[in-house]
Amino acid sequence: MERHQAIARFLYDAEAEGREVVRITKDQFPEMTVDDAYQIQRELIKLKLDQGRKIIGLKMGLTSQAKMKQMNVHEPIYGYLLDDMLVDDGGQLAIGPLIHPRAEAEIAFILGEDIAGPGVSAAQVMAATKYVLPALEIIDSRYENFNFTLPDVIADNASSSRLVLGSTLTPPDAQELDLAGTTLWINGELKDLGAGAAVLGHPANAIARLANMLARSGEKLKAGQVILSGAITGAISIKEGDFVQVKISGLGEVSVNVTK
Amino acid sequence: MTAQSKPIDQLAAALYEAEQTREGIAPLTERFPDLSIDEAYQIQLTNIKRKVKEGRTIVGKKIGLTSKAMQNLLGVDQPDYGHLLDSMVVENGGTVPQSKVLHPRVEGEIAFILKEDLRGPKVTVTDVLQATAYVVAAIEIVDSRIKDWKIKLADTIADNASSGLYVLGNRPVAIDQLDLAQIGMVLYKNGEVMNTGVGAAALGHPALCVAWLANQMAHFDTYLKAGEVILSGALSAAVDAEPGDHFTVRFETLGEVSVKFEG
Repeated sequence: MERHQAIARFLYDAEAEGREVVRITKDQFPEMTVDDAYQIQRELIKLKLDQGRKIIGLKMGLTSQAKMKQMNVHEPIYGYLLDDMLVDDGGQLAIGPLIHPRAEAEIAFILGEDIAGPGVSAAQVMAATKYVLPALEIIDSRYENFNFTLPDVIADNASSSRLVLGSTLTPPDAQELDLAGTTLWINGELKDLGAGAAVLGHPANAIARLANMLARSGEKLKAGQVILSGAITGAISIKEGDFVQVKISGLGEVSVNVTK
Repeated sequence: MTAQSKPIDQLAAALYEAEQTREGIAPLTERFPDLSIDEAYQIQLTNIKRKVKEGRTIVGKKIGLTSKAMQNLLGVDQPDYGHLLDSMVVENGGTVPQSKVLHPRVEGEIAFILKEDLRGPKVTVTDVLQATAYVVAAIEIVDSRIKDWKIKLADTIADNASSGLYVLGNRPVAIDQLDLAQIGMVLYKNGEVMNTGVGAAALGHPALCVAWLANQMAHFDTYLKAGEVILSGALSAAVDAEPGDHFTVRFETLGEVSVKFEG
Protein backbone atom coordinates (compact mmCIF):
# COMPACT_ATOMS: atom_id res chain seq x y z
CA MET A 1 0.00 0.00 0.00
CA GLU A 2 2.75 2.41 0.96
CA ARG A 3 4.57 1.44 -2.17
CA HIS A 4 1.46 2.29 -4.23
CA GLN A 5 1.18 5.67 -2.53
CA ALA A 6 4.85 6.42 -3.13
CA ILE A 7 4.53 5.67 -6.84
CA ALA A 8 1.34 7.72 -7.05
CA ARG A 9 3.20 10.66 -5.48
CA PHE A 10 6.10 10.13 -7.91
CA LEU A 11 3.72 10.33 -10.89
CA TYR A 12 1.82 13.25 -9.35
CA ASP A 13 5.06 15.21 -8.97
CA ALA A 14 6.17 14.37 -12.51
CA GLU A 15 2.92 15.82 -13.86
CA ALA A 16 3.00 18.86 -11.57
CA GLU A 17 6.55 19.64 -12.64
CA GLY A 18 6.02 18.77 -16.31
CA ARG A 19 8.91 16.35 -16.06
CA GLU A 20 9.11 13.05 -17.91
CA VAL A 21 10.14 9.98 -15.95
CA VAL A 22 11.35 6.46 -16.62
CA ARG A 23 8.52 3.90 -16.64
CA ILE A 24 7.77 2.35 -13.26
CA THR A 25 8.23 -1.22 -14.48
CA LYS A 26 11.83 -0.53 -15.55
CA ASP A 27 13.41 -0.38 -12.05
CA GLN A 28 10.92 0.80 -9.42
CA PHE A 29 8.35 -1.99 -9.62
CA PRO A 30 9.09 -4.49 -12.39
CA GLU A 31 6.49 -6.97 -11.15
CA MET A 32 3.64 -4.39 -11.05
CA THR A 33 0.36 -6.04 -12.07
CA VAL A 34 -2.72 -4.46 -13.65
CA ASP A 35 -4.40 -4.59 -10.22
CA ASP A 36 -1.45 -2.80 -8.62
CA ALA A 37 -1.64 -0.23 -11.41
CA TYR A 38 -5.32 0.58 -10.82
CA GLN A 39 -4.58 0.91 -7.09
CA ILE A 40 -1.78 3.37 -7.85
CA GLN A 41 -4.15 5.23 -10.18
CA ARG A 42 -6.70 5.47 -7.34
CA GLU A 43 -4.02 6.87 -5.02
CA LEU A 44 -3.02 9.37 -7.70
CA ILE A 45 -6.62 10.54 -8.11
CA LYS A 46 -6.93 10.78 -4.31
CA LEU A 47 -3.95 13.16 -4.26
CA LYS A 48 -5.70 15.34 -6.84
CA LEU A 49 -9.03 15.29 -5.00
CA ASP A 50 -7.15 16.34 -1.86
CA GLN A 51 -6.07 19.42 -3.83
CA GLY A 52 -9.73 20.31 -4.36
CA ARG A 53 -10.21 18.88 -7.85
CA LYS A 54 -13.37 17.08 -8.82
CA ILE A 55 -14.02 13.99 -10.91
CA ILE A 56 -16.14 14.90 -13.94
CA GLY A 57 -16.04 11.55 -15.69
CA LEU A 58 -13.85 8.82 -17.15
CA LYS A 59 -11.95 8.02 -20.32
CA MET A 60 -11.32 4.80 -22.15
CA GLY A 61 -7.93 4.01 -23.65
CA LEU A 62 -6.51 1.32 -25.93
CA THR A 63 -9.87 0.88 -27.62
CA SER A 64 -8.54 0.28 -31.13
CA GLN A 65 -7.44 -3.09 -32.49
CA ALA A 66 -4.19 -1.46 -33.58
CA LYS A 67 -3.35 -0.16 -30.11
CA MET A 68 -4.40 -3.36 -28.34
CA LYS A 69 -2.22 -5.35 -30.73
CA GLN A 70 0.66 -2.93 -30.21
CA MET A 71 0.40 -3.34 -26.42
CA ASN A 72 -0.44 -7.04 -26.76
CA VAL A 73 -3.60 -6.76 -24.62
CA HIS A 74 -7.22 -7.82 -25.04
CA GLU A 75 -8.87 -5.30 -22.79
CA PRO A 76 -9.03 -1.53 -22.96
CA ILE A 77 -8.01 0.61 -19.98
CA TYR A 78 -9.61 3.55 -18.21
CA GLY A 79 -8.65 6.69 -16.36
CA TYR A 80 -10.40 9.53 -14.56
CA LEU A 81 -11.24 12.98 -15.92
CA LEU A 82 -10.96 15.88 -13.49
CA ASP A 83 -12.46 19.37 -13.64
CA ASP A 84 -9.10 21.09 -14.20
CA MET A 85 -8.54 19.12 -17.43
CA LEU A 86 -11.34 20.93 -19.26
CA VAL A 87 -10.46 23.48 -21.93
CA ASP A 88 -13.12 25.55 -23.70
CA ASP A 89 -14.17 24.78 -27.27
CA GLY A 90 -12.40 27.34 -29.45
CA GLY A 91 -10.32 28.36 -26.44
CA GLN A 92 -6.66 28.21 -25.57
CA LEU A 93 -4.79 25.12 -24.54
CA ALA A 94 -1.64 26.11 -22.67
CA ILE A 95 0.92 23.36 -23.19
CA GLY A 96 3.69 24.93 -21.11
CA PRO A 97 2.93 22.61 -18.18
CA LEU A 98 2.65 19.52 -20.42
CA ILE A 99 5.43 17.15 -21.47
CA HIS A 100 4.73 15.86 -24.99
CA PRO A 101 1.02 16.39 -25.65
CA ARG A 102 -0.84 14.62 -28.44
CA ALA A 103 -4.38 15.17 -29.74
CA GLU A 104 -6.98 12.50 -30.52
CA ALA A 105 -10.53 12.72 -31.91
CA GLU A 106 -13.23 11.02 -29.87
CA ILE A 107 -16.96 10.88 -29.22
CA ALA A 108 -17.89 11.98 -25.69
CA PHE A 109 -20.99 10.67 -23.93
CA ILE A 110 -22.87 12.61 -21.26
CA LEU A 111 -24.87 10.22 -19.12
CA GLY A 112 -28.46 10.88 -18.14
CA GLU A 113 -28.62 7.90 -15.79
CA ASP A 114 -26.22 5.80 -13.73
CA ILE A 115 -24.85 2.68 -15.43
CA ALA A 116 -23.84 -0.16 -13.14
CA GLY A 117 -22.22 -3.39 -14.36
CA PRO A 118 -21.72 -6.24 -14.69
CA GLY A 119 -23.58 -7.35 -17.79
CA VAL A 120 -24.06 -3.89 -19.29
CA SER A 121 -24.81 -3.88 -23.05
CA ALA A 122 -24.22 -1.19 -25.66
CA ALA A 123 -28.00 -0.74 -25.99
CA GLN A 124 -28.22 -0.06 -22.26
CA VAL A 125 -25.48 2.56 -22.63
CA MET A 126 -27.32 4.26 -25.50
CA ALA A 127 -30.53 4.31 -23.46
CA ALA A 128 -28.74 5.85 -20.46
CA THR A 129 -26.95 8.48 -22.56
CA LYS A 130 -28.37 11.98 -22.67
CA TYR A 131 -26.07 13.48 -25.29
CA VAL A 132 -23.12 12.70 -27.47
CA LEU A 133 -20.66 15.35 -28.61
CA PRO A 134 -17.40 15.70 -30.50
CA ALA A 135 -14.32 15.80 -28.30
CA LEU A 136 -10.61 16.46 -28.53
CA GLU A 137 -8.63 14.51 -26.01
CA ILE A 138 -5.14 15.71 -25.23
CA ILE A 139 -3.07 12.86 -23.87
CA ASP A 140 0.34 13.35 -22.28
CA SER A 141 2.17 10.37 -20.88
CA ARG A 142 4.41 11.19 -17.98
CA TYR A 143 6.84 8.58 -19.29
CA GLU A 144 9.82 9.29 -21.52
CA ASN A 145 8.93 8.94 -25.22
CA PHE A 146 5.55 7.39 -24.38
CA ASN A 147 7.58 4.30 -23.52
CA PHE A 148 5.46 2.19 -21.15
CA THR A 149 3.94 -1.20 -20.48
CA LEU A 150 0.24 -1.74 -19.79
CA PRO A 151 0.50 -1.37 -15.95
CA ASP A 152 2.64 1.77 -16.37
CA VAL A 153 0.05 3.56 -18.46
CA ILE A 154 -2.81 2.53 -16.15
CA ALA A 155 -0.93 3.85 -13.10
CA ASP A 156 -0.41 7.13 -15.01
CA ASN A 157 -4.20 7.63 -15.24
CA ALA A 158 -4.23 6.33 -18.82
CA SER A 159 -2.11 9.31 -20.00
CA SER A 160 -5.01 11.71 -19.32
CA SER A 161 -4.15 15.37 -19.58
CA ARG A 162 -6.77 17.72 -21.08
CA LEU A 163 -10.08 17.54 -22.91
CA VAL A 164 -12.06 19.88 -25.11
CA LEU A 165 -15.77 19.19 -25.60
CA GLY A 166 -17.70 20.47 -28.61
CA SER A 167 -20.50 22.96 -28.12
CA THR A 168 -23.23 21.02 -29.90
CA LEU A 169 -25.23 18.42 -27.96
CA THR A 170 -26.81 15.63 -30.00
CA PRO A 171 -29.22 12.97 -28.73
CA PRO A 172 -27.44 9.59 -29.07
CA ASP A 173 -30.09 8.03 -31.29
CA ALA A 174 -29.90 10.81 -33.88
CA GLN A 175 -26.77 9.26 -35.34
CA GLU A 176 -25.28 5.89 -36.23
CA LEU A 177 -22.22 6.46 -34.08
CA ASP A 178 -20.22 3.58 -35.57
CA LEU A 179 -20.50 5.16 -39.03
CA ALA A 180 -19.75 8.72 -37.90
CA GLY A 181 -16.95 10.02 -40.14
CA THR A 182 -14.24 11.70 -38.10
CA THR A 183 -11.39 13.95 -39.21
CA LEU A 184 -8.56 15.56 -37.24
CA TRP A 185 -7.01 18.72 -38.68
CA ILE A 186 -4.03 20.77 -37.58
CA ASN A 187 -3.66 24.21 -39.13
CA GLY A 188 -6.08 23.20 -41.86
CA GLU A 189 -4.17 20.07 -42.81
CA LEU A 190 -5.91 16.70 -42.54
CA LYS A 191 -3.80 14.69 -40.09
CA ASP A 192 -5.86 11.57 -39.47
CA LEU A 193 -9.34 10.14 -39.92
CA GLY A 194 -11.63 7.25 -39.16
CA ALA A 195 -15.18 6.30 -38.23
CA GLY A 196 -16.76 5.49 -34.87
CA ALA A 197 -16.41 1.74 -35.43
CA ALA A 198 -12.65 2.15 -34.88
CA VAL A 199 -13.60 2.12 -31.18
CA LEU A 200 -14.36 -1.53 -30.39
CA GLY A 201 -16.83 -1.71 -33.30
CA HIS A 202 -19.06 1.00 -31.76
CA PRO A 203 -18.24 3.71 -29.18
CA ALA A 204 -21.10 2.50 -26.95
CA ASN A 205 -19.33 -0.89 -26.70
CA ALA A 206 -16.43 0.93 -25.03
CA ILE A 207 -18.72 2.53 -22.45
CA ALA A 208 -20.38 -0.83 -21.73
CA ARG A 209 -16.95 -2.39 -21.21
CA LEU A 210 -16.03 0.47 -18.90
CA ALA A 211 -19.15 -0.01 -16.76
CA ASN A 212 -18.40 -3.73 -16.55
CA MET A 213 -14.73 -3.14 -15.63
CA LEU A 214 -15.74 -0.67 -12.91
CA ALA A 215 -18.18 -3.21 -11.45
CA ARG A 216 -15.19 -5.38 -10.45
CA SER A 217 -14.24 -2.76 -7.89
CA GLY A 218 -17.83 -1.99 -6.94
CA GLU A 219 -17.94 1.27 -8.90
CA LYS A 220 -20.42 2.52 -11.48
CA LEU A 221 -20.83 5.29 -14.04
CA LYS A 222 -22.94 8.17 -12.77
CA ALA A 223 -25.58 10.43 -14.30
CA GLY A 224 -24.01 13.68 -15.44
CA GLN A 225 -20.56 12.21 -16.02
CA VAL A 226 -18.66 12.82 -19.25
CA ILE A 227 -17.20 9.66 -20.75
CA LEU A 228 -14.57 9.77 -23.47
CA SER A 229 -15.19 6.57 -25.39
CA GLY A 230 -11.77 6.12 -27.01
CA ALA A 231 -9.72 7.49 -29.89
CA ILE A 232 -11.13 7.21 -33.41
CA THR A 233 -7.91 8.63 -34.88
CA GLY A 234 -4.27 8.17 -34.01
CA ALA A 235 -2.67 10.50 -31.45
CA ILE A 236 -1.04 13.45 -33.22
CA SER A 237 1.70 15.57 -31.64
CA ILE A 238 0.78 19.21 -31.13
CA LYS A 239 2.89 22.31 -30.53
CA GLU A 240 2.52 25.96 -29.64
CA GLY A 241 0.74 27.92 -32.37
CA ASP A 242 -1.26 24.94 -33.69
CA PHE A 243 -4.97 25.24 -34.38
CA VAL A 244 -6.39 21.78 -33.75
CA GLN A 245 -9.82 20.86 -35.05
CA VAL A 246 -12.00 17.77 -35.04
CA LYS A 247 -15.07 17.26 -37.22
CA ILE A 248 -17.47 14.39 -36.62
CA SER A 249 -20.27 13.97 -39.07
CA GLY A 250 -23.66 14.53 -37.47
CA LEU A 251 -22.08 15.78 -34.23
CA GLY A 252 -20.37 18.97 -35.38
CA GLU A 253 -16.87 20.16 -34.55
CA VAL A 254 -14.58 21.11 -31.72
CA SER A 255 -11.35 23.08 -31.82
CA VAL A 256 -8.61 24.58 -29.70
CA ASN A 257 -5.69 26.97 -30.10
CA VAL A 258 -2.43 25.67 -28.68
CA THR A 259 -0.54 28.30 -26.69
CA LYS A 260 2.57 28.38 -24.53
CA MET B 1 8.92 7.99 -75.93
CA THR B 2 12.04 7.90 -73.85
CA ALA B 3 15.55 7.12 -75.07
CA GLN B 4 14.92 3.46 -75.75
CA SER B 5 11.45 2.59 -76.97
CA LYS B 6 9.73 -0.30 -75.24
CA PRO B 7 7.97 -3.31 -76.74
CA ILE B 8 4.53 -1.98 -75.73
CA ASP B 9 2.56 -4.77 -77.43
CA GLN B 10 4.75 -7.48 -75.95
CA LEU B 11 4.46 -6.12 -72.41
CA ALA B 12 0.69 -5.70 -72.82
CA ALA B 13 0.44 -9.30 -74.03
CA ALA B 14 2.39 -10.53 -71.00
CA LEU B 15 -0.07 -8.81 -68.65
CA TYR B 16 -3.04 -10.10 -70.66
CA GLU B 17 -1.64 -13.62 -70.47
CA ALA B 18 -1.05 -13.31 -66.71
CA GLU B 19 -4.69 -12.40 -66.21
CA GLN B 20 -5.91 -15.36 -68.28
CA THR B 21 -3.62 -17.93 -66.69
CA ARG B 22 -3.77 -16.38 -63.19
CA GLU B 23 0.03 -16.55 -63.05
CA GLY B 24 1.55 -13.29 -61.84
CA ILE B 25 4.54 -12.01 -63.79
CA ALA B 26 7.70 -10.17 -62.74
CA PRO B 27 7.37 -6.37 -62.52
CA LEU B 28 7.74 -4.75 -65.95
CA THR B 29 10.04 -2.22 -64.31
CA GLU B 30 12.45 -5.02 -63.45
CA ARG B 31 13.21 -5.44 -67.14
CA PHE B 32 12.67 -1.78 -68.02
CA PRO B 33 13.54 0.37 -65.01
CA ASP B 34 12.93 3.53 -67.06
CA LEU B 35 9.43 2.52 -68.22
CA SER B 36 7.67 5.88 -68.33
CA ILE B 37 4.20 6.84 -67.19
CA ASP B 38 3.18 7.53 -70.79
CA GLU B 39 4.44 4.12 -71.92
CA ALA B 40 2.63 2.48 -69.01
CA TYR B 41 -0.67 4.10 -70.06
CA GLN B 42 -0.01 2.93 -73.64
CA ILE B 43 0.32 -0.62 -72.35
CA GLN B 44 -2.92 -0.24 -70.38
CA LEU B 45 -4.76 1.12 -73.43
CA THR B 46 -3.45 -1.66 -75.65
CA ASN B 47 -5.08 -4.26 -73.43
CA ILE B 48 -8.30 -2.26 -73.01
CA LYS B 49 -8.58 -1.97 -76.83
CA ARG B 50 -7.96 -5.69 -77.16
CA LYS B 51 -10.70 -6.48 -74.67
CA VAL B 52 -13.13 -4.08 -76.35
CA LYS B 53 -12.38 -5.82 -79.64
CA GLU B 54 -13.23 -9.10 -77.92
CA GLY B 55 -16.65 -7.70 -77.03
CA ARG B 56 -16.13 -6.01 -73.68
CA THR B 57 -17.60 -2.57 -73.02
CA ILE B 58 -15.95 0.28 -71.12
CA VAL B 59 -18.40 1.28 -68.37
CA GLY B 60 -16.27 3.72 -66.41
CA LYS B 61 -12.96 4.51 -64.76
CA LYS B 62 -11.28 3.97 -61.43
CA ILE B 63 -8.92 6.30 -59.68
CA GLY B 64 -6.07 4.79 -57.71
CA LEU B 65 -3.33 6.04 -55.38
CA THR B 66 -5.61 8.68 -53.90
CA SER B 67 -4.40 8.32 -50.31
CA LYS B 68 -1.26 9.87 -48.88
CA ALA B 69 -0.27 6.47 -47.50
CA MET B 70 -0.40 4.82 -50.95
CA GLN B 71 1.32 7.75 -52.64
CA ASN B 72 4.12 7.62 -50.06
CA LEU B 73 4.43 3.86 -50.51
CA LEU B 74 4.99 4.23 -54.25
CA GLY B 75 6.89 7.51 -53.98
CA VAL B 76 4.44 9.49 -56.11
CA ASP B 77 2.52 12.69 -55.58
CA GLN B 78 -0.53 12.10 -57.75
CA PRO B 79 -3.15 9.44 -58.41
CA ASP B 80 -3.43 7.12 -61.40
CA TYR B 81 -6.41 5.65 -63.21
CA GLY B 82 -7.66 2.55 -64.94
CA HIS B 83 -10.64 1.45 -67.05
CA LEU B 84 -13.73 -0.37 -65.78
CA LEU B 85 -15.22 -2.98 -68.10
CA ASP B 86 -18.63 -4.63 -67.99
CA SER B 87 -16.90 -7.93 -67.19
CA MET B 88 -15.66 -6.53 -63.86
CA VAL B 89 -19.09 -6.06 -62.32
CA VAL B 90 -20.11 -8.29 -59.41
CA GLU B 91 -23.63 -7.90 -58.06
CA ASN B 92 -24.17 -6.68 -54.50
CA GLY B 93 -23.99 -9.70 -52.17
CA GLY B 94 -22.59 -11.81 -55.00
CA THR B 95 -19.73 -14.30 -55.04
CA VAL B 96 -16.39 -13.87 -56.74
CA PRO B 97 -15.22 -17.12 -58.36
CA GLN B 98 -11.60 -17.96 -57.66
CA SER B 99 -11.05 -18.23 -61.39
CA LYS B 100 -11.46 -14.46 -61.69
CA VAL B 101 -8.74 -13.29 -59.31
CA LEU B 102 -5.03 -13.68 -58.49
CA HIS B 103 -4.21 -11.79 -55.27
CA PRO B 104 -7.43 -9.91 -54.54
CA ARG B 105 -7.67 -7.09 -52.00
CA VAL B 106 -10.80 -5.27 -50.92
CA GLU B 107 -11.36 -1.52 -50.56
CA GLY B 108 -14.39 0.64 -49.73
CA GLU B 109 -15.05 3.57 -52.04
CA ILE B 110 -17.67 6.05 -53.14
CA ALA B 111 -18.76 5.57 -56.77
CA PHE B 112 -19.96 8.51 -58.87
CA ILE B 113 -22.43 7.95 -61.69
CA LEU B 114 -22.27 10.82 -64.16
CA LYS B 115 -25.26 12.40 -65.86
CA GLU B 116 -23.19 14.81 -67.94
CA ASP B 117 -19.88 14.62 -69.75
CA LEU B 118 -16.90 16.06 -67.88
CA ARG B 119 -14.29 17.57 -70.15
CA GLY B 120 -10.98 18.85 -68.81
CA PRO B 121 -8.88 20.83 -68.41
CA LYS B 122 -9.95 23.01 -65.50
CA VAL B 123 -12.76 20.80 -64.25
CA THR B 124 -13.49 21.79 -60.64
CA VAL B 125 -15.13 20.02 -57.71
CA THR B 126 -18.28 22.08 -58.32
CA ASP B 127 -18.33 20.89 -61.95
CA VAL B 128 -18.07 17.29 -60.77
CA LEU B 129 -20.87 17.67 -58.22
CA GLN B 130 -23.16 19.20 -60.84
CA ALA B 131 -22.38 16.55 -63.44
CA THR B 132 -23.07 13.68 -61.00
CA ALA B 133 -26.41 11.85 -61.24
CA TYR B 134 -25.85 10.13 -57.90
CA VAL B 135 -23.27 8.48 -55.69
CA VAL B 136 -23.41 4.93 -54.42
CA ALA B 137 -21.49 2.75 -51.93
CA ALA B 138 -18.89 0.58 -53.66
CA ILE B 139 -16.43 -2.20 -53.02
CA GLU B 140 -13.45 -2.30 -55.28
CA ILE B 141 -11.60 -5.59 -55.51
CA VAL B 142 -8.14 -4.61 -56.62
CA ASP B 143 -5.86 -7.25 -58.04
CA SER B 144 -2.39 -7.38 -59.53
CA ARG B 145 -1.12 -9.33 -62.47
CA ILE B 146 2.35 -8.56 -61.12
CA LYS B 147 3.53 -11.34 -58.84
CA ASP B 148 2.99 -10.59 -55.11
CA TRP B 149 1.98 -6.98 -55.74
CA LYS B 150 5.66 -5.99 -56.22
CA ILE B 151 4.56 -2.91 -58.13
CA LYS B 152 6.13 0.40 -58.95
CA LEU B 153 4.03 3.23 -60.38
CA ALA B 154 4.57 2.24 -64.03
CA ASP B 155 3.73 -1.41 -63.25
CA THR B 156 0.37 -0.65 -61.75
CA ILE B 157 -0.57 1.85 -64.46
CA ALA B 158 0.31 -0.65 -67.20
CA ASP B 159 -1.76 -3.24 -65.32
CA ASN B 160 -4.93 -1.09 -65.61
CA ALA B 161 -4.22 0.53 -62.24
CA SER B 162 -4.48 -2.90 -60.59
CA SER B 163 -8.21 -3.09 -61.36
CA GLY B 164 -9.97 -6.33 -60.62
CA LEU B 165 -13.70 -6.32 -60.00
CA TYR B 166 -16.18 -4.00 -58.38
CA VAL B 167 -19.51 -4.12 -56.58
CA LEU B 168 -22.02 -1.28 -56.30
CA GLY B 169 -24.55 -0.89 -53.50
CA ASN B 170 -28.30 -0.70 -54.10
CA ARG B 171 -28.95 2.80 -52.81
CA PRO B 172 -28.29 5.66 -55.22
CA VAL B 173 -28.06 8.93 -53.28
CA ALA B 174 -28.35 12.43 -54.76
CA ILE B 175 -25.17 14.35 -54.15
CA ASP B 176 -26.60 17.69 -53.10
CA GLN B 177 -26.74 18.21 -49.32
CA LEU B 178 -24.12 15.50 -48.81
CA ASP B 179 -20.83 16.28 -47.12
CA LEU B 180 -18.85 13.61 -48.94
CA ALA B 181 -15.61 14.55 -47.18
CA GLN B 182 -17.08 13.60 -43.79
CA ILE B 183 -19.01 10.46 -44.74
CA GLY B 184 -17.79 7.65 -42.51
CA MET B 185 -17.01 4.14 -43.77
CA VAL B 186 -16.40 0.84 -41.98
CA LEU B 187 -14.91 -2.23 -43.67
CA TYR B 188 -15.75 -5.62 -42.15
CA LYS B 189 -14.16 -8.96 -43.06
CA ASN B 190 -16.08 -11.98 -41.79
CA GLY B 191 -17.98 -9.73 -39.43
CA GLU B 192 -14.93 -8.10 -37.85
CA VAL B 193 -14.00 -4.43 -38.26
CA MET B 194 -10.83 -4.30 -40.38
CA ASN B 195 -10.54 -0.54 -40.71
CA THR B 196 -12.51 2.67 -40.96
CA GLY B 197 -12.29 5.80 -43.07
CA VAL B 198 -14.01 8.92 -44.31
CA GLY B 199 -14.46 10.55 -47.70
CA ALA B 200 -11.63 12.96 -47.01
CA ALA B 201 -9.20 10.03 -47.20
CA ALA B 202 -9.37 10.36 -51.00
CA LEU B 203 -7.30 13.50 -51.72
CA GLY B 204 -9.35 15.46 -49.17
CA HIS B 205 -12.62 15.00 -51.10
CA PRO B 206 -13.81 12.23 -53.45
CA ALA B 207 -15.07 14.78 -55.99
CA LEU B 208 -11.58 16.26 -56.16
CA CYS B 209 -10.37 12.85 -57.37
CA VAL B 210 -12.99 12.82 -60.13
CA ALA B 211 -11.98 16.36 -61.11
CA TRP B 212 -8.34 15.24 -61.26
CA LEU B 213 -9.35 12.36 -63.52
CA ALA B 214 -11.36 14.56 -65.89
CA ASN B 215 -8.39 16.91 -66.19
CA GLN B 216 -6.01 14.01 -66.67
CA MET B 217 -8.19 12.61 -69.49
CA ALA B 218 -7.81 15.93 -71.30
CA HIS B 219 -4.08 15.17 -71.71
CA PHE B 220 -5.11 12.16 -73.76
CA ASP B 221 -7.68 14.22 -75.64
CA THR B 222 -10.57 12.32 -74.15
CA TYR B 223 -13.15 12.92 -71.41
CA LEU B 224 -15.50 11.34 -68.87
CA LYS B 225 -18.84 10.46 -70.39
CA ALA B 226 -22.40 10.70 -69.09
CA GLY B 227 -23.42 7.33 -67.66
CA GLU B 228 -19.93 6.30 -66.66
CA VAL B 229 -19.20 4.82 -63.22
CA ILE B 230 -16.23 6.46 -61.52
CA LEU B 231 -14.68 4.72 -58.53
CA SER B 232 -13.21 7.71 -56.76
CA GLY B 233 -10.53 6.08 -54.60
CA ALA B 234 -10.12 3.93 -51.50
CA LEU B 235 -11.17 5.40 -48.15
CA SER B 236 -8.99 3.00 -46.14
CA ALA B 237 -6.20 0.49 -46.65
CA ALA B 238 -6.87 -2.50 -48.92
CA VAL B 239 -7.54 -5.76 -47.06
CA ASP B 240 -6.37 -9.16 -48.39
CA ALA B 241 -9.17 -11.52 -49.42
CA GLU B 242 -8.80 -15.29 -49.00
CA PRO B 243 -11.13 -17.94 -50.43
CA GLY B 244 -14.29 -18.13 -48.28
CA ASP B 245 -14.00 -14.58 -46.90
CA HIS B 246 -16.96 -12.27 -46.97
CA PHE B 247 -16.74 -8.52 -46.84
CA THR B 248 -19.24 -5.82 -45.98
CA VAL B 249 -18.62 -2.11 -46.27
CA ARG B 250 -21.03 0.21 -44.49
CA PHE B 251 -21.25 3.92 -45.20
CA GLU B 252 -23.00 6.73 -43.48
CA THR B 253 -26.04 7.77 -45.60
CA LEU B 254 -25.01 5.57 -48.55
CA GLY B 255 -25.90 2.22 -46.98
CA GLU B 256 -23.86 -0.93 -47.41
CA VAL B 257 -22.43 -3.23 -50.02
CA SER B 258 -21.05 -6.74 -49.65
CA VAL B 259 -19.32 -9.53 -51.51
CA LYS B 260 -18.12 -13.10 -50.89
CA PHE B 261 -15.13 -14.97 -52.21
CA GLU B 262 -15.72 -18.50 -53.39
CA GLY B 263 -14.37 -20.98 -50.78
